[in-house]
Amino acid sequence: MAEESGGLVIKPMDQFRVEALFGGDIAWYTPTNVTLWMALTVVAATLLMVVGARGRAMVPSRAQSAAEMTYGFIYKMVEDVAGHDAVRFFPYIFTLFMFVLFANLLGLIPFAFTTTSHIAVTAVLAFTVFFAVTALGFILHGTKFLKLFWVSSAPLALRPVLALIEVISYFVRPVSHSIRLAGAMMAGHAVAKVFAGFAAALGAFFFLPILAVTALYALELLVAVIQAYVFTILTCVYLKDALHPAH
Amino acid sequence: MADTAATGPGMPQLDVTTFSNQIFWLVVAMVVLYFVMSRVALPRVASVLADRRSAITADIAAAEEYKLKALEAEEAFKKAEADARAEASRIVEAAKAEMQEALNAQIAKADAEIAAKSAESEKRIREITANAVEMVNEVSTDVTKDILAAFDVKADARSVTAAVKAQMKGDA
Repeated sequence: MAEESGGLVIKPMDQFRVEALFGGDIAWYTPTNVTLWMALTVVAATLLMVVGARGRAMVPSRAQSAAEMTYGFIYKMVEDVAGHDAVRFFPYIFTLFMFVLFANLLGLIPFAFTTTSHIAVTAVLAFTVFFAVTALGFILHGTKFLKLFWVSSAPLALRPVLALIEVISYFVRPVSHSIRLAGAMMAGHAVAKVFAGFAAALGAFFFLPILAVTALYALELLVAVIQAYVFTILTCVYLKDALHPAH
Repeated sequence: MADTAATGPGMPQLDVTTFSNQIFWLVVAMVVLYFVMSRVALPRVASVLADRRSAITADIAAAEEYKLKALEAEEAFKKAEADARAEASRIVEAAKAEMQEALNAQIAKADAEIAAKSAESEKRIREITANAVEMVNEVSTDVTKDILAAFDVKADARSVTAAVKAQMKGDA
């Protein structure tokens, strides 16, 4: 960090820049740091689930055990939250979880690029879930799917008001779904960078921000896993509404 | 933040020009990951988990079976033991009865022998007693004859004998 005109200039947002790997302008097909870190995410998930579990041992190795536990964790989540008939969507939900989890975790490596800190990425993931779930609801239940918005347990006079609220909240879902993840990732990384910048500026007291960054890093590790969990469980909740729209 | 403004918007997240690039690579990554997971990873893990579950179920069933077998074996052993005990006591009873019978027979035989021997002994005692009386008579007669001869008294044998007999009877 450079000190310019007596003021401290920290650029906490620079880490989120999308840059072409080999220079030049960024077209839709240009290999960028997004490409690199998404590829690493896919590789990491594959290492755990394919290479880690390749032993197929009756008594699993550590890596196989981790792969099996991840599988069991998501499988149980899908079954418990969205119901047994949601299990056919388990592969996609699992893919979603692995992608978000490893993107978040790899983003914590110093100098890494966090793909999930970009609203463009999380919005695509969230809107894919939103449109898929909405389409599924209409395919499975036809117009009865709209009963999701008609709270039949409420007094008749209140129902139109509630329906309006329900509709608004339904359409806000993908927005909150995506901004929650991107926001959590971006905020944590930006704060870490700001603290790191303070370390350079404080001179003899450099260790204070470094301690803070260390603590923050532990918190961010937690946030990375929890956000992946939250993203996945919300997907399951939305899927449940499509499969069983009755309140 | 004038520096940042020169290079681009404050938040790179809002730089719309990079959206198509990010979305394109996201779709590629998700499709690749989805196929790796759904075609390779998940079926493999699922089969391992299913194998383990069935192995555990089979092992538990086998253990249950062995337990039943062990119980059966114990039951059979107990029955065999009880049978053996009953058989042993029956044999002991039979042996006791047989021995008692043999003993009774031996005792009866010994009693009979003793009775026979004592009868014989009595007979012989009586004989001996009779002989002794006879012999005393004879000796007395002879002694009397010798005494009479020593005194030169003539006496016929018959009267001497009669006299001795009479004397012996009187003594008896």
